[in-house]
Amino acid sequence: MTAIVTDQVDEKRRRMLLVATSVAGAAAGVGIAAPFVASWFPSARALAAGAPVEFDVSKIEPGQQITVEWRGKPVWILHRTKEMLDRLPGNAPLLSDPDCKEPQQPKYIKGVDRSLKPELLVCEGVCTHLGCTPNLKKEIGAASDMGPSWPGGYYCPCHGSRFDLSGRVFAGSPAPKNLVIPPYHYASGDKVVVVGEDPPKGA
Amino acid sequence: MASAEKTPVTGAGPFNGILTWIDQRFPLVSLWKEHAAEYYAPKNFNFWYYFGSLAALVLVIQIVSGIFLTMSYKPDAREAFASVEYIMRDVPGGWLIRYIHSTGASFFFITVYLHMARGLIYGSYRRPRELLWIFGVVIYLALMAEAFFGYLLPWGQMSYWGAQVIINLFGAIPFIGEPLAIWIRGDYNVSDATLNRFFALHVAALPLVIIGLVAAHIMALHEVGSNNPDGIEIKNNLDPRTGTPVDGIPFHPYYTVKDTMGVAVFLIVFAAVVFFAPEMGGYFLEANNFIPADPLKTPLHIAPVWYFTPYYAMLRAVPPLFGSQFPGVAVMGAAVLIFFALPWLDRGRVKSIRYRGPRWKIAFAGLVVSFLVLGYLGVEPTTVWGAFPAGMPLVGGDYIATWVARLLTIVYFYFFLGMPWYTARDKERPEPPRVTW
Repeated sequence: MTAIVTDQVDEKRRRMLLVATSVAGAAAGVGIAAPFVASWFPSARALAAGAPVEFDVSKIEPGQQITVEWRGKPVWILHRTKEMLDRLPGNAPLLSDPDCKEPQQPKYIKGVDRSLKPELLVCEGVCTHLGCTPNLKKEIGAASDMGPSWPGGYYCPCHGSRFDLSGRVFAGSPAPKNLVIPPYHYASGDKVVVVGEDPPKGA
Repeated sequence: MASAEKTPVTGAGPFNGILTWIDQRFPLVSLWKEHAAEYYAPKNFNFWYYFGSLAALVLVIQIVSGIFLTMSYKPDAREAFASVEYIMRDVPGGWLIRYIHSTGASFFFITVYLHMARGLIYGSYRRPRELLWIFGVVIYLALMAEAFFGYLLPWGQMSYWGAQVIINLFGAIPFIGEPLAIWIRGDYNVSDATLNRFFALHVAALPLVIIGLVAAHIMALHEVGSNNPDGIEIKNNLDPRTGTPVDGIPFHPYYTVKDTMGVAVFLIVFAAVVFFAPEMGGYFLEANNFIPADPLKTPLHIAPVWYFTPYYAMLRAVPPLFGSQFPGVAVMGAAVLIFFALPWLDRGRVKSIRYRGPRWKIAFAGLVVSFLVLGYLGVEPTTVWGAFPAGMPLVGGDYIATWVARLLTIVYFYFFLGMPWYTARDKERPEPPRVTW
């Protein structure tokens, strides 16, 4: 073996080839990574399971809440009594976003009751802090175990976030935003709520 | 050729021949000398120096017990919970293998935390051991990921909601958060897809990463040499006759024997927990995890396993800013990642606690107290110490535990962020020329 005769090496050309090969190799690496990264996105089956779902709401008693499942998430349907609704405007000074300026609800949901029909609250039961499911604490005051000034609402067991009966977050909670109102509309003469779909145009 | 010039192996009796044959084809003798027989470690190692080898032992325990668990476990949302109960009840000895693995997870963190504490106490992260320390912190991160992925697999309520909370931490990252969380889960919430990929990461990807990192950690250690309780370099004082450190002794047989002693004591403690308290009163295995995962119902009190709770308490303590919970997530992440910066934050002239001054000692005591108390607060609900009376300025009506956690988070970060200041001004004592006991 003889040593490489250095004065015969074209350093410039060698360097160019090295850079070109490295760049081509890196591009191929990114290309090969792409299908692996893509495989982590929701599969066709998971996407299909995200379709809208219907629930009969005609049998929910005043004060009663049912929990239904949409996209694997709990969605509450709470039949609010008149007293519950009357207390909502009074919560305003205690709330972070009483007028719901953050887009945590579809555009057609307006007002303090955050619903299409005031008596029925349809709300995702997913805390906006880290995704736990808050518990309904509908009693008022000390009976709720939430302190004497509790106006009724939801309490998240994970990090203590508090929401009122419209899903609006109380100031000082770890949760930064109001609970999400999913897209929904009524069908079959208002007996059925369709969760996951906006109201039909012109309805 | 070089291999033909090697001297034959002696001292192995009937095995001299076969070992010589191997050594001529594989660097057997040189590896043995470099990492054991002629690796000189300081002679004054104390109790704190057990935990590196013990952490390696727990890694082996976890790999072996884990391999056997995969033989009966089903990574399927419909079957996972039942398959764990099947292991516990029907597989011969399955309960033991599973308890070894679940107890091993907690003992991994116990040994690693004590190992890290040793590094802080004696300044083992200082020059020239910065890269050794960085490898160690990466192992710690990989271990946290490994524990998190593994905790989902039993598919109990705590598995499910713990994963939900941790993945949503990524959801708090501005702009890319929500798509990132969906990408991690592979679904709109934690589901079968999440379980299946976490299984793959837990049993294949991360163990490989951890083994590779541990190898790099040990290679880096043997390159720069071990620190010691005095924090002085034994390589600066060589015996002129042998060229080896006067304060060093060969790792084998001196420290292999010492570490074997540590292993024996450790295994007594480990077995006692496995056999008599595998759930450790709900700290190693949480009661709610004996209930199958229910995506529609969060347990009344959820807390991570004890080894994550100091950081979890910090997360809870930081209030949302500008309508985002990202600051809390950032503080929690920074509390872990700041360990990387440690070698460059420390401006002390001495390494060991033995010669450090009062400012460092106060800051370090603060770190230990804040870590332990935050760890306690993290397993309890925020209501644990009640609330301040309404009407108090600033804190009126807030939970006492929240404010204590805020204060301790500052104490925790003071150890790191105040370090360039207090170590440069500290009244340190002179280091001795030779190691002491």
